[in-house]
Amino acid sequence: MNSLLLVILVCISVCAYVIASKRAQQLASANGGLRYLHSRPSYYGMLAAIVTALPALLILFVWSISSASIIQSLVMAGVPDSVLSDGTNHSLIYSQIQHVASGIKVTDHAWLINASAHYQHLLALGDNIKFAALIALAVAGLIFGWKLVGPKLRARPHVESVMRGFLLICSILAILTTFGIVLSVLFEAIRFFNIIPLTDFLFGLQWSPQVALRADQQGASGAFGFIPLLTGTLMISFIAMSIAAPIGLMSAIYLAEYASPRVRSICKPLLEVLAGIPTVVYGFFAALVVAPLIRDSATAIGIESVSSESALAAGLIMGVMIIPFVSSLSDDVITAVPQSLRDGALSLGATRSETIKSVVLPAALPGVVGGLLLAVSRAIGETMIVVMAAGLSANLTANPFESVTTITVQIVTLLIGDQEFDSPKTLAAFALGLSLFVVTLALNFVALRIVKKYREQYD
Amino acid sequence: MTDILNQIAKTKQQKVRASLAKRKAQESRFRYYGIISISAAILFLVVLLSAIVSQGYTAFYTTEIKLDISLDKETLDLAEGELTQQALFQADYSRVLREAIKQEIAISGRKERKALYSFISTGAEYDLRDMVVAQPSLLGQNLSYWAQAGDLFNQYNKGNVDASVEEGSRSFKNQQIGWYKQLANEGRVRTVFNRNFFTNGDSRDAELAGIWGATVGSFYTLLVCFLISFPIGVAAATYLEEFAPKNKWTEMIEININNLAAVPSIVFGLLGLAIFLNLADLPRSAPLVGGLVLSLMTLPTIIISSRAAIKAVPPSIKDAALGVGASKVQSVTHHVLPVAMPGMLTGTIIGMAQALGETAPLIMIGMVAFIVDVPQGPLDAATALPVQIYLWAENPEKGFAENTSAAIMVLLAFLAFMNTCAVLLRKRLERRW
Repeated sequence: MNSLLLVILVCISVCAYVIASKRAQQLASANGGLRYLHSRPSYYGMLAAIVTALPALLILFVWSISSASIIQSLVMAGVPDSVLSDGTNHSLIYSQIQHVASGIKVTDHAWLINASAHYQHLLALGDNIKFAALIALAVAGLIFGWKLVGPKLRARPHVESVMRGFLLICSILAILTTFGIVLSVLFEAIRFFNIIPLTDFLFGLQWSPQVALRADQQGASGAFGFIPLLTGTLMISFIAMSIAAPIGLMSAIYLAEYASPRVRSICKPLLEVLAGIPTVVYGFFAALVVAPLIRDSATAIGIESVSSESALAAGLIMGVMIIPFVSSLSDDVITAVPQSLRDGALSLGATRSETIKSVVLPAALPGVVGGLLLAVSRAIGETMIVVMAAGLSANLTANPFESVTTITVQIVTLLIGDQEFDSPKTLAAFALGLSLFVVTLALNFVALRIVKKYREQYD
Repeated sequence: MTDILNQIAKTKQQKVRASLAKRKAQESRFRYYGIISISAAILFLVVLLSAIVSQGYTAFYTTEIKLDISLDKETLDLAEGELTQQALFQADYSRVLREAIKQEIAISGRKERKALYSFISTGAEYDLRDMVVAQPSLLGQNLSYWAQAGDLFNQYNKGNVDASVEEGSRSFKNQQIGWYKQLANEGRVRTVFNRNFFTNGDSRDAELAGIWGATVGSFYTLLVCFLISFPIGVAAATYLEEFAPKNKWTEMIEININNLAAVPSIVFGLLGLAIFLNLADLPRSAPLVGGLVLSLMTLPTIIISSRAAIKAVPPSIKDAALGVGASKVQSVTHHVLPVAMPGMLTGTIIGMAQALGETAPLIMIGMVAFIVDVPQGPLDAATALPVQIYLWAENPEKGFAENTSAAIMVLLAFLAFMNTCAVLLRKRLERRW
């Protein structure tokens, strides 16, 4: 229905374009050439097309958003009071009506049959009204656009201002996305904090999100303590950074300061291949190859209590994933250090490594630190590696051979499968998402500030 | 006087000489650290790729068993009389195959029978069915037919079963190995290219599971993602670079875009779940929703690279257009955008490649369901390639581990292709002004 309507609208606006530009051309040739018009004919056509399509599309958009709730309120108004007041949830009644209307469910309650008939009637009526109204509007727009064509009409500026408006809206979309994230996550998180107090979440030492449905259910305490997840996340990020920071930094130094252009042109893309590999591949590799390797070698040297899903495996692989990130950011800041500083140090007799250690690195330090912070935020937010290799049990431990869980792992496990969205178990995922968003956003903000501030120094 | 000075100079010289060796050692050590770091990273890349290739290349071929089947109506359970398409479709083809393999190997007892029947894949009867439905003249004939082998048989034939393991702890028993050898000696076992892997959707049977469903799902997801993020990204970049006044608002938009680029992907999944599924009531598991979520993720990438491309357009081109009386919008649409387009496309391809590998947000919006059918459009339930990899990786069967690696190879091939395109495009269209 909607797609048919869209096709018709597009056809009408194409018509509008053709008719209006034709008319403009006729006007022009009748009155001494194109200079008689303010704009070129195609602009008149575009203006007519805009006048035709834009209002109809806007109304269609508003209609699609609002029609469902309007129909719901109309239908619910027709339901007898005796049904509404017997304590059943209103949305439940409404979905019953919908099910009867779509034939999923058969009923013999008279009010339900009436209501579903009413619902179907409204639905059909709404669709018909929409169809007729929008096409009428488009045709009216076409006529209006055709009438508009005239030598006085400043078609081009009008078209251009519409285009500018479109461009502006597109760039505002970034802000809308951020708002969307914040609001949607915040809204659900607040519902969660209404059930579980904020302090319990932030300072609790126990995480076991399975909520008991019966009083005698085992292993379902419904504890929502955030601390074990945070420590798990931090431990894996720490392991990852202790791999990625030295290797990435040293690679960047070597490539920027020592390597010949030929070596650099080979090694740099190779390092960047690491960044292009999807994280699910790293996760598979960590779970399949690295974790068993770590377990076997740890038991071989006599370390007990090594679980098959260890923080170490996930951290190591995550570190490898982050190497190119660290190295390319450090490479940028190291090459941004002015050559004159290096020349000064070298001319005083310092070796290259001494120059790097005591001149280049200190000069590049803020940028490098900013890059490392960005890498940390990436490690905290990384999902697939930890989902596949880090485990599910929330351990409050400092032993990297044990299995730990992270914020992202819990978000995934809480939301997989069919769930109702009013239990604390599923809402907890949004609270975790909110904390993840806040933490990574803060890290990014600080890091970007540092990098930017540093870059300005030499400009 | 000079003696003392000479003395001092000499000791100083000696000190420097003595320290020189140490400093040179330090220098070369530092250099080696760099070389070691890079080699470590590259070594890891090599290990990763070779582990995946060595594990997955076997998924590209599969095993078939030659059976002498007789397509008589009795075994097929077909009633006498007219043969409708429907009846042919519903005939009992599995019995034909079972009878045929029973002729090859003598068995007794229920347990042995079951062990033997597992040699034939459940997919074989459907292949046979399709063949007969296409050519009803085959009915009543005796012919030799290459049937798709079952998973365990397939794995043993590829050498993935370690026969030296104790019999109790492997599922392919000694007796079955004996049967395998008997069949192999008669020349009834062959290894062929695994067409199923490229043409089928997901399946519970490792030898039948394929990536076509996930590939189509990925295609629709990326298509939606491209249709949304490319126009919007280019428009946003154009506005910010060419039209936007420098004020608090545009600065806020810029900061926002940079921040969005660094938001963890799973948070976008939560956004999709809360807004597109719960609020807007769009269908679960659909590529449409996946594409919407991924387009929000790729937008910052496209905007940032498009802005760089627009910035690289020399101002003289714009000025020339303005100088001959074009409006600002005309100078941008007629001159700046065409020149900047290759750079924008490069950024878009890179963003699309990222989106192709993205898994976590798709899991959030339910694209992890077990879906056998190949999706027909962006509103059908589907999975995507990386999600298929995730689903198979969870499966402990050896056959699925093999499939996972093979699917990873296909995914990496797609990524390599896209990135090569981006590099070539940049090389080809790069202009120096």
